[in-house]
Amino acid sequence: MDFSSGPQNLNPTIYERTEERTIQASDYDNDVTDEIDRREIFDLIRTINDPEHPLTLEELNVVDLDGITIDNQANTVQVQFRPTIPHCSMATLIGLSIRAKLLYTLPTRYKVGVNIIEGAHIQEDQINKQLNDKERVTAALENNHLRAVVNRCIVAQNS
Amino acid sequence: MLAELIELQEFEASEDRIWCVAWNPTGTLLASCGSDKVIKLWGREDVNDLNLAKISSLYSGERNWVCKSTITDGHTRSIRSVAWSFCGNRLASAGFDAKVSVWERDGQDFVLQTTLEGHENEVKDVAFSRSGLYLATCGRDKSVWIWEYNEEENDFACAAVLTTHTQDVKHLKWHPQKDVRHSILFRFSSPVMQVLASCSYDDTIKMFVEDNDDWTCASSLESHKSTVWSCDFDVTGKRLVSCSDDKTVKIWHAYEKNNREGIRSPSGVYPVWKCVCTISGYHTQAIYDVKWCSLTGLIATASGDNAIRIFREEERQQMDAPPSFSLVASNTHAHLQDVNRISFNPKEAGLLASCSDDGTIKLWRIEQRPS
Repeated sequence: MDFSSGPQNLNPTIYERTEERTIQASDYDNDVTDEIDRREIFDLIRTINDPEHPLTLEELNVVDLDGITIDNQANTVQVQFRPTIPHCSMATLIGLSIRAKLLYTLPTRYKVGVNIIEGAHIQEDQINKQLNDKERVTAALENNHLRAVVNRCIVAQNS
Repeated sequence: MLAELIELQEFEASEDRIWCVAWNPTGTLLASCGSDKVIKLWGREDVNDLNLAKISSLYSGERNWVCKSTITDGHTRSIRSVAWSFCGNRLASAGFDAKVSVWERDGQDFVLQTTLEGHENEVKDVAFSRSGLYLATCGRDKSVWIWEYNEEENDFACAAVLTTHTQDVKHLKWHPQKDVRHSILFRFSSPVMQVLASCSYDDTIKMFVEDNDDWTCASSLESHKSTVWSCDFDVTGKRLVSCSDDKTVKIWHAYEKNNREGIRSPSGVYPVWKCVCTISGYHTQAIYDVKWCSLTGLIATASGDNAIRIFREEERQQMDAPPSFSLVASNTHAHLQDVNRISFNPKEAGLLASCSDDGTIKLWRIEQRPS
């Protein structure tokens, strides 16, 4: 991947951040079963930084709550994301960052799928296939250079 | 169900993912490897090492399998697969560090014989040919390498680099019968033909053949809709089973030259492979491995849905009816995470090993009931 050139999308539209989750009294009650819901998945990925802009994936509308589905019976999580422009060369890196963040934070029982929203990228099929090949994802995250770039994206910035 | 899958033993082999398990040819040692960059060899516990309590349990069950030795200095990144030579004296490992290591037996231990370098990046699989004359490797760089053993130098040299696949190559399997050691005798009698099958991210399986020291792609098997993760020949080598990211298992049949069915081979020389059966609707995630047991004829699959499934071929009512397979046993919670590979013990019918992302290796017994 080429990181030397400047951002491709120079003037992205910036979206507003959603409110923080309000904490209920029941959240502190150990007797209440509280399954992981899609808002929690969203909270994990919305703060991921864009590789090019000092903005989060939420602020760029790359991820939103509607793009997330979770099934606690089948233990599956599906995340759909929308690259800001259909020829974005960073789409794979963004997808990899989402995958890495969920891999490092979610319980291992979940089967996670990360895909581009249909029609949002010219190389959608290739990128989706790559992002969902666990062998390639593992190898990518073992690569020191790539891991450093991914880690920069998923480390939350103080705001 | 017509069979039962009984869990015999579980080893906590690693903190990390176990990518591969492989039995040695005599079925006495199981090799494993994974993301922790370690190769482990598992064998039955020696009777001398047992205490009284364990000896008494021997009468009720069977001897425990334990870790016999550990090889830690082979690779600097994940070890994707390990393979045994057919003599059982060599072990090869393929790593994401672009290296292939060949280990030679030295008493109880295995010592590094040679390191093969040539692949540009991750090596994903390695396989010895039947005679031990050839070693095949494949990887992310889309190539399949054939290495030839040189007895005098006790080393392997590159004999061919095959670049027919358009994407990374995931798995290799040598044909069970056609590999015969080159000798003066064979050179003058019948032509010696080696056949190697390779599975790829490009959704195809390719058959490579050796013909007078030349390696060519004899056929391309195209029917899967996504990455082909693995394949295995049946005991005769006339059929192949493959599994894919498309959640199906496919059975392929080789139609030799002048076959009864009148199926023409495009090359006119090599057999043509046709998909004769698709097993779908059972797996809910990618299927990472499939094995065709040479002793029982059963097919086992390892899947990303944490399951191990066993299929058996149904008896055909008519001679020319297409083959069909039914699920005879399964465990949908075989492991806590993806099952990456399975291996049938080559001597003990029904003994199966599996490994998983959850870091464990399990041994299973398949018990078939009369239908």
